[in-house]
Amino acid sequence: MDVFQTLSLIVTDYTLRNVALGAGILGIVSGALSTFAVLRKQSLLGDAMSHAALPGVVLAFIITGQKTPLVLMLGALIAGWLGVVLVSVITSQTRVKYDSALGLVLAVFFGFGMMLLTWLQGQNIASQSGLDQYLFGRAAAIVEHDVQTMALLGVAVLALVAVFWKEFKLLSFNPDYAATLGFPVRAFDIALTTLIVAAVVLGLQMVGVVLMSAMLVAPAAAARQWTDRLGVMIVLSSLFGAVAGAGGAIISSTTTRLPTGPTIVLCISAIVLISLLFAPNRGIVWAWLRQQRNRAELQKAMLLEKVYQVSYLEGSPLQTHPLEELRTFMRGSQLERALEALKQDGYMHLDEDGRWGLTPSGVAQAEAILRERPRALAPRPSPDGLRQGEVG
Amino acid sequence: MNPRLEIVTIAAFVAAACALPGTFLVLRRVALMSDAISHSILPGIVIGFFLVGDRSHPLVIAGAALSGVLAVTLTEGLLKTRRVDKDAAIGLVFPVLFSIGVILITRYASGVHLDVDAVLLGELAFAPFNRATYFGLDLPVGIWVMGAILLLNVIAILLFYKELKLATFDPGLAAALGFAPTLIHYGLMTLVSVTAVGAFDHVGSILVVALMIAPPAAAYLLTNSLSRMLVISVVLGVLAAFGGYLVASWIDTSIAGAMATMSGVIFMITLLFAPEQGLIARKRLSRKRRERFAVEMLLVHLSRHENTATEAAENAMPHLTGELNWSPEFAGATVERAGQQGLIEKHGDQLRLTPKGRATAERVLMR
Repeated sequence: MDVFQTLSLIVTDYTLRNVALGAGILGIVSGALSTFAVLRKQSLLGDAMSHAALPGVVLAFIITGQKTPLVLMLGALIAGWLGVVLVSVITSQTRVKYDSALGLVLAVFFGFGMMLLTWLQGQNIASQSGLDQYLFGRAAAIVEHDVQTMALLGVAVLALVAVFWKEFKLLSFNPDYAATLGFPVRAFDIALTTLIVAAVVLGLQMVGVVLMSAMLVAPAAAARQWTDRLGVMIVLSSLFGAVAGAGGAIISSTTTRLPTGPTIVLCISAIVLISLLFAPNRGIVWAWLRQQRNRAELQKAMLLEKVYQVSYLEGSPLQTHPLEELRTFMRGSQLERALEALKQDGYMHLDEDGRWGLTPSGVAQAEAILRERPRALAPRPSPDGLRQGEVG
Repeated sequence: MNPRLEIVTIAAFVAAACALPGTFLVLRRVALMSDAISHSILPGIVIGFFLVGDRSHPLVIAGAALSGVLAVTLTEGLLKTRRVDKDAAIGLVFPVLFSIGVILITRYASGVHLDVDAVLLGELAFAPFNRATYFGLDLPVGIWVMGAILLLNVIAILLFYKELKLATFDPGLAAALGFAPTLIHYGLMTLVSVTAVGAFDHVGSILVVALMIAPPAAAYLLTNSLSRMLVISVVLGVLAAFGGYLVASWIDTSIAGAMATMSGVIFMITLLFAPEQGLIARKRLSRKRRERFAVEMLLVHLSRHENTATEAAENAMPHLTGELNWSPEFAGATVERAGQQGLIEKHGDQLRLTPKGRATAERVLMR
């Protein structure tokens, strides 16, 4: 299937359009909220919440007997929120640490949810079928009504982020300062967590419990590499989320037997990888190149200085040396590379006998380097045993 | 052995095998690595299953454990780039590996004894059907596999107890003494991976996490000694397995889910009732402290104004609420308590120190 066929399918195919739209909305919302989660070093909170939501979904069905998304979402919200409160009680009141508390709530809530779900499946209630789609997500089952619900909820979440922008920003970067200013830090903390739970609930039907966690870490982790500004980061993060969501949904829908959730996760992870490697400034590739360049520069300067010192001791800065003699300064291939680079710069030259020496501009450069160096760190030898500068 | 006993035995072995490395995960504050590892072994299991055709084969277990260790390596590598923090590094790596596993299953293995639901839940109830005979004993494969893994964990922890202990509580000293903390870390992560792979068949990928964290976290609230914590973790884990089995057969549901739930219930009970670290004990302790402090305040107040001109006004019941900012009820209760301890005497509205009370007040002031 070529690109144009795919594109025309998005416009004409009902299911594909819904799935792509839904995943895109999910990407925008979770992208925006993951920004705060990652900045507050709570990247795994989304993971915990998406698991903790399961018993809420099942209990909401058991209590109401309804399967409408709104009811199930409410159940998930309450369960996820309860999980957050429990984590906070455990960490603040006992010596059990955050990671243990989070893992415990995640796994135990999920286990409880699985227990309820299995029990329900054995109860011969026809209407319960389909609840298990919350585990892995069943994007193909998304209908227009679901997309509308998602869009509505998504707009509400984003609007709240916009309204409390200043507060959330302060909370993310300096909660202690926020507290001294008299902001109700705890209330905003709960509000932000509730929004994250809401995003989780949005994503459950789409990518499922297990892979929702990735959507609450990856977009922000990618966006963080491109910028140091919160505003830019949140926009980028939403953009990455949307691209990965819609892109992943389209790829999986147009390929046979490629599940949606995992495909979306692989898409967003690819974006993370590209960002980590190639983002300007923070990109690992650029950092590595910078490091190589710096090392080469340092080695050039070092070699120039050594050759100058040795030549000076032997009588003239313009003295030439065989390659073997210079090997004492630096290891093989590094030496040749540094010599070649210095020759390119016009600081050194190679004469007919195969001896290396400084050019006049090389001497000037070496003296400039030595002059910049603090004297205490670089005692300079001089032929008459006196330090340069003391000769008068 | 009858099938029920066999299932319970497997469940108990799984719980015990998880609790042992779990104790160190909890103490070393890397509990969430169990979550990452238990998800990351999935592609290893799937690929191993394709190659060997039997999920319980030692080679498959080793290969899957390797993909768990790969997740640890990738996470640490990502962390070393210093572009993301620890939690983000964990949260970035394992969903990728898990996704690859799910895609492999859906594309190439759906319906072939490996399906996506089983990934989350395991199939403990069917364990007795898959049997093997070693040493003349015909037992479910699960018992052999989990028994071997439990034995491996016990032996590894006994052999390297000193190293693990030091590296857990004082990594700096461990490094200085040449104990190679990195090696110990990876050794522990290998144990976690192997255990997770073995347990995966029976309880699925997520509930392994419950059994690795909940019992040790509960044990952490019950003791200050590492060796006791290991034993208590195992006992609580096995209790959760029994309890889970009972609940599951009572209401007919997933054994693994019930085991995880029971491990949570056990943790909650410990959280509330642990003798020193429990919420109730801590509350009681802080109330006791407050009460003792109030009595001491009262004694000091009385001794300051004893034999002064204003004694009659100062050392009277009604005055306490104003001077010490106590509610009338709290003041009454404190006076009552001090009276019971023989520290003061009441003469109508007037409060007088007994000799014992005077001595106590002086001692408090000397502190």
